[in-house]
Amino acid sequence: MSTSTSFNRLTPYVFLAPAVVIMALALLYPLGYMIFGSFREWDPSQAMGESTYVGLKNYITLWNDPNFRESTFVTLKFAISVVTVEMFIGVGLALMLDRNLRGMSLLRTLFILPMMIAPVVVGLIWRYMYHPTLGIFNRGLKGVGLESVDWLGQHALLSVIIADIWQWTPFIFILALAALQSLPRSALEASRIDGATGWQQIIYIKLPLMMPVLIVTCLLRLIDAFKVLEVILVMTEGGPGLSTEILALRISRTATEFRELGVAAAMSNYLLMLLLFITVLMLVYNRVMEHRAARASRMIEESD
Amino acid sequence: MALEEKQQHPGFYAILTMLIIMAVGPILMMLINSFKLDVDIISGTSGLLFMPTIQNYETALCDILPYEPEHLDFCALKFGGAFINSLIIALVSTLLTLVIGCMAAYALVRFRFMGRDTASATTLMVRMVPPAVLLVPVFGLWNNEFCIDKASWLGSLIRDNFGGRGDVCLAGTHSGIILIYVAMNLPFVIWILQSFIVQVPRQLEEAARMDGAGPFQVFFKVVLPLIKPGLAAAAIFTFRIAWNEYLLASALSDRDTKTVPILIVNNMSEFNVEWGVIMATGMLLAIPPIIFTLFASRQIITGMTAGAVKG
Repeated sequence: MSTSTSFNRLTPYVFLAPAVVIMALALLYPLGYMIFGSFREWDPSQAMGESTYVGLKNYITLWNDPNFRESTFVTLKFAISVVTVEMFIGVGLALMLDRNLRGMSLLRTLFILPMMIAPVVVGLIWRYMYHPTLGIFNRGLKGVGLESVDWLGQHALLSVIIADIWQWTPFIFILALAALQSLPRSALEASRIDGATGWQQIIYIKLPLMMPVLIVTCLLRLIDAFKVLEVILVMTEGGPGLSTEILALRISRTATEFRELGVAAAMSNYLLMLLLFITVLMLVYNRVMEHRAARASRMIEESD
Repeated sequence: MALEEKQQHPGFYAILTMLIIMAVGPILMMLINSFKLDVDIISGTSGLLFMPTIQNYETALCDILPYEPEHLDFCALKFGGAFINSLIIALVSTLLTLVIGCMAAYALVRFRFMGRDTASATTLMVRMVPPAVLLVPVFGLWNNEFCIDKASWLGSLIRDNFGGRGDVCLAGTHSGIILIYVAMNLPFVIWILQSFIVQVPRQLEEAARMDGAGPFQVFFKVVLPLIKPGLAAAAIFTFRIAWNEYLLASALSDRDTKTVPILIVNNMSEFNVEWGVIMATGMLLAIPPIIFTLFASRQIITGMTAGAVKG
């Protein structure tokens, strides 16, 4: 056996090398490049070297820019409402449908369709459904003799939120269902013997036991909610006004329309810091809860 | 089980039916509308009573059809070319991501080495980076830095053979888009596959090693076949992102490398939307993911839960 094919200390590095090279080249280097560029006045036609250093100017301008604040506010409003509603509906549906049904796998297949198709297509479908005269909603309202609603005008943010809920509630549903079905049967049996009602089982046993999975699910969904862009771009293009212009959309507009790469880079950095903050917060919370649970179980063991 | 099924309230089935209609209805509506002429869509009085036509699909695919559709004098929408671009980009980046990600996941699970924790943590952290954040640096780098000087021999070789002016850059090429997709998807693929590789019994690998297999043989002949479900899940998720992505592709592509989502967005922002054709293009973009979902929903669900729960 030649040395090149045998196991040695270099083996893991050989396996890891391609991934490291690609991620360093196309993820980490660009991120560093972005941070570097956010301190510069930078035009798309310039190479980085030709741009001028302006210190914290981009960050300060943004901080005082009412439009940027509005965008941040819209982003937070969108992400928080979307995740809250999806968690409630998704977990609720999972609790309701956690039974032995024939055709459950078909049901799950149909449910994941919306999240598999392209965001661009989702935006297209919903833009059609919200259409003032052609859309199914206004036709329905007209059919029962009600006033038509200007969905993508007056209620743009709400309409966008509804579309996202349609697309992503199944994600929460599937994960919550998986968590439910892996719960220890013994705990549920014991509570049933003790005479717990269905609701008591849900509140005191199922939900607490599902909590770790639900927190991870919530975190994943929250991070993804900040990535949403195409659906909103196709449905409203950020309008009317700034009512649906989330940060991701504003970054892309600043870079392509206003041609201010430095400002866009600073904005990306703000968004990244926001996401980092949320991630760390959630992880710390998770760690604390785990710690507390471990201590509780230890106390129970000691008291025995 | 049979007993429990009998106990279900009829109202329960009503709710279930409603849920299914809500989930699938909008997609079905797009499918139906893609077979309607614009006249039928706009009149809209008869939901299902119309003459189905494939005219919209002919308009969309006019540049790769072997015949010339009668209703068109000029092929404006170069959808066929974009479809081929999308296919190339999605397939190549899926394949590359899988191979590279698999190897990395294997190294992270099976070996103890210096820098393992750093690699693991970095993988986790970059997962949260939104594509929009990558837009600015990737645009800058791919256009200005990741270039071959046109004066160098390789650069001049490419310029002489393929034409064009200026330095040879990654932006505007298939490989430029593929590179960023592979990088974007790697953290996720590594994360998912780790949970599958952990389950491969070590004894199998050791037995193969005893028989004189090298690390690559062990990996390709023993480990890979055992994690096929995980690979399928990872492949579908990677393909889905590469196939559906719009923002970075729109920043990096030029006239010849446009992907389908870009064409759809461009046509949507025009003043007068031709709904029939747009629905047909949307349907064409949606078909591959829908097929995957129908045939591999079990793998998708396994992958989703593995990604979220076992991390």
